[in-house]
Amino acid sequence: MATFIIARLTFLEAIRRRILLSAFLLGVAFLILYTWGFYLMRQEALPSVPRSEISSAILRSGLNNFLTLAGLYAVNFLAIAMGALVSADTLAGEIGSGTIQAIVAKPVRRAQIVLGKWVGFAGLLALYLVLMVGGVMAVAYVLDGYVVPNVASGVALIYLEALLMMSVTLMCSSMFSTLATGGVIFGLYGIAFIGGWVEQFGALLQNQAAVNIGVVSSLIIPSEALWRRAAYEMTPPLAQVIGISFSGPMFTVSVPSDAQIVYAVGYLAVALAIGVRAFARRDL
Amino acid sequence: MTHAIETINLRKEFDENVAVRGLTLQVTQGEVFGFLGPNGAGKTTSIKMLLGLVAPTAGSAMLLGAPLGDRAVRARIGFLPEHFRFHDWLSAREFLDLHGRLYAMSASRLRSRINELLDLVGLTPFRDKQLRTFSKGMLQRVGLAQALLNDPALVFLDEPTSGLDPVGRRLVRDIIRDLRARGTTIFLNSHLLSEVEITCDRVAFIKHGEVLRVSELKSLVNGATSVTIRADSLTPPIIAGLQQWSRDVRADGAQVTLTVSDETALPAINRYLVAQNVAVYALTPQHLSLEDLFIQIVGTDGGL
Ligand SMILES: Nc1ncnc2c1ncn2[C@@H]1O[C@H](COP(=O)(O)OP(=O)(O)OP(=O)(O)O)[C@@H](O)[C@H]1O
Ligand SMILES: [Mg+2]
Repeated sequence: MATFIIARLTFLEAIRRRILLSAFLLGVAFLILYTWGFYLMRQEALPSVPRSEISSAILRSGLNNFLTLAGLYAVNFLAIAMGALVSADTLAGEIGSGTIQAIVAKPVRRAQIVLGKWVGFAGLLALYLVLMVGGVMAVAYVLDGYVVPNVASGVALIYLEALLMMSVTLMCSSMFSTLATGGVIFGLYGIAFIGGWVEQFGALLQNQAAVNIGVVSSLIIPSEALWRRAAYEMTPPLAQVIGISFSGPMFTVSVPSDAQIVYAVGYLAVALAIGVRAFARRDL
Repeated sequence: MTHAIETINLRKEFDENVAVRGLTLQVTQGEVFGFLGPNGAGKTTSIKMLLGLVAPTAGSAMLLGAPLGDRAVRARIGFLPEHFRFHDWLSAREFLDLHGRLYAMSASRLRSRINELLDLVGLTPFRDKQLRTFSKGMLQRVGLAQALLNDPALVFLDEPTSGLDPVGRRLVRDIIRDLRARGTTIFLNSHLLSEVEITCDRVAFIKHGEVLRVSELKSLVNGATSVTIRADSLTPPIIAGLQQWSRDVRADGAQVTLTVSDETALPAINRYLVAQNVAVYALTPQHLSLEDLFIQIVGTDGGL
């Protein structure tokens, strides 16, 4: 019960402090730019298409897939950023300002406070992703009647990535100051990002050392791997057979395995558990 | 009868720093208990330990007959933290609603209780205003309402009058009196000794996280008397002899001031002086204020 009271409070805070509104406005601005870019790219690329019907259809669907995944890549990044931004200050900030004191003195478990915040942020992220993913997908659909394959599993993986980063941020926020939390999360994101690129280059150039660096980085933080898997899921079967997918700015060459997804879920659960435990033991 | 609060050697260390050295204390049910001490004496830390905000390093305590951390007991406790800060994007009513829900109060009881309390603290006209627009004293009032939502059996007030205007201070005093009449136990941290003097049944003086003295307020204030003696030929040995009645003897020319715990010492002091052939011109008793006592008991070094 207390968990839901806190979840509701967390949601209400995002509304009252205009976090939801600004994220939404930013999202709309992004979608407008995206639509415009999509339209221009399509204009540019399609007239040069050879006359053959079949190759035209393949190229068209390839272009639509590429542009949609590029949009989803940006949405994926925005969702991570939003999850981290709202959760970085939540526990650290309330401990710092002292608003947490009267709440913790109530007949509630401290775990319920952390879990309630988690549920609230998870709800926020779900809402955000539904709107943004829906917006990006609507563009290709309206302009060309195109829908990427495996939307459900792709979006689920993106959501999992956002939840993962949010949980890790919440964990840090239960232990460190807001600033330190921001630093740690930024560092982790950097590792995931660079590691992902190094791994792709390694796979392309068949350099095992580079691939290993990528594997280690996705063990340290498996977020980028989730995105690459999501992009792979949403790539047309033909391209999958060749072994590539369009993951934003890069082609995905090495595809993260199911085991990596399981690892990410476990990582999330452990981060949340550590956060709960750290908060339960803290002097406030 | 169980005590409302009972602590045994409660101790808290923050790294090197010992905030509370060993707090042993009993608070009887239904009394207003003043917890006094200089800045940094460990008053707030003691309250935080009792409420589960801070984990004690050692020692034990019972609240309303149950060991620390019992959630059923916490439902019967009210707490106004020091430097009370809120989710200031909530309105007064939403804020009280949130805290009432955390107490797991039923919706109908909560609604009537919120109206009652907003009335009591005089914030009814501001009930739908966001707390960010409130002044410090208004926040203190809404915080006080928050501490009373659940009709608590035991209330912790950490400096409830800080930031309040005289009307607000009187309000707090009246609320405390009301609660006391209903049998609520109140644990009060305050630096406003004139108020403590009016409201408290018993007081504890603490310093460096140790109880220096616990006393009934009445006997403390009524009993402790400062005596000023004006006399000729007060030699050092004679002044030293006065120490059998008081540890606190100050000589200043033809005048000596000492503090005795009981007025009945006065005739004996007079007899002693006469027997030493001192010409006594005046022997003036004067009741001490709680502030004088505070300084006498905890000293002027501030305890820091
Ligand atoms: N979180 C903390 N970390 C380290 N030291 C602390 C912490 N909280 C309190 N202290 C130290 O513990 C001691 C007691 O502090 P406390 O706040 O309990 O004093 P207090 O009696 O309430 O003082 P005041 O009258 O100023 O409110 C102080 O020396 C303080 O510096
Ligand atoms: Mg204090």
